[in-house]
Amino acid sequence: MSPMLELRGVSKVYGSGPTEVNALQDVSLSVDRGEMVAVMGPSGSGKSTLLTIAGSLEEASSGDVLVGGSDLRTMSADDRARLRRRSIGYVFQDFNLLAGLTATENVALPLELDGHESGVAHAKGLEALRTLGLADRASHFPDDLSGGERQRVAIARAMVGNRQLLLADEPSGALDSVNGEAVMRLLRDACKRGMAGVVVTHDAQLAAWADRVVFLRDGRMVDDTMPPKGPESLLFGPEK
Amino acid sequence: MSVRHALLALLTEGPKFGLKLQQEFESRTGEVWPLNVGQVYTTLQRLERDGLVESDGDGGAGPQKDFRITATGQRELEQWLQTPPEADIPPRHELVIKVLVALRVPGVDVHQVIQAHRRQLVEVMQRYTRVKAEAAEHDLGLALILDAELFRLEGVVRWLDAADARVGQLDAKPDSIPVDVSDSPNIVASRR
Repeated sequence: MSPMLELRGVSKVYGSGPTEVNALQDVSLSVDRGEMVAVMGPSGSGKSTLLTIAGSLEEASSGDVLVGGSDLRTMSADDRARLRRRSIGYVFQDFNLLAGLTATENVALPLELDGHESGVAHAKGLEALRTLGLADRASHFPDDLSGGERQRVAIARAMVGNRQLLLADEPSGALDSVNGEAVMRLLRDACKRGMAGVVVTHDAQLAAWADRVVFLRDGRMVDDTMPPKGPESLLFGPEK
Repeated sequence: MSVRHALLALLTEGPKFGLKLQQEFESRTGEVWPLNVGQVYTTLQRLERDGLVESDGDGGAGPQKDFRITATGQRELEQWLQTPPEADIPPRHELVIKVLVALRVPGVDVHQVIQAHRRQLVEVMQRYTRVKAEAAEHDLGLALILDAELFRLEGVVRWLDAADARVGQLDAKPDSIPVDVSDSPNIVASRR
């Protein structure tokens, strides 16, 4: 089976001439279904650009981006929009919930925009909220929810329907460490259920929830971690 | 880790004998600190000698002999809980020296040295986090131990990030003179 997300030699250039900025340079990355990859790097290293290109919110200057085996460059604008609505879920640091809609309505919105009948969309929205332990907040408006709850609603919206690629940009940046950990645990669980996940963060504790961590520097991928080994040697190793 | 005070803490719940104390110590610390039962008895004898615990027996340490915490032991425990821990020699100081040395060795890419350490630390953090994800959700003791280690490692990674950025600023101004290593290790040398 092809990877859910594949970037092959992707570069992104903003501006031209003396103001040219190489935001990404020859980046290749492959993320399988069931896998969560964290992208670490300092501000300006290209992390967010990588995410917007992977999510087809922005086009690469060169290189190929494949989602579910389909090359974004060969797709029509309509097909790309449909892919974004149906297959890709986004989670942002500032939640991006609509204040005038309840939690369920926020979660159901992408399905309704995709033409699902309202009742069906709401039922699926409620189901996604239930999965994240938020059934009792379903009819609350975002302003009546805590930061941690708002981010869980945003995650429910990113998972609802048959979404396969989860893209998160500093998903717990605005939360305290316990709520941040809860968010990472939910993203990890969503990936374990079969989604492919890419989480951008500068925070090593959050990145450590991923199966694999890749490091960006000045737009280039400079390193990645080996898959985690068993914990036994850590906890029962020789005393120092 | 103070085994003395951990045993005093367990005895605040009521009288206990040595083997039980050993089992409870291990389970309360998420079983990451194996404790020899012989060490438990030696510690109990010292606590008794110092008047912090008392037992029914005659000074020996039989397997079924119950130990109780004394009022002095209670006071000692309360004082210990509030006392700041002794500062260990931070292991990251060795890392600081490596980065300082890397700055002075011709042909060495300091960013690459920093990145190698960053990756290794994040790999260790991934392993701890995996334990947390799978085992520590319902084990408060284990979760607290793992959190402590993860916050410490995160601090080291953040220091590496800052070092990387500072060296980057230096790259942009090549006429700046890097720190002279020979001036700096005194901080560490004086602690050894």
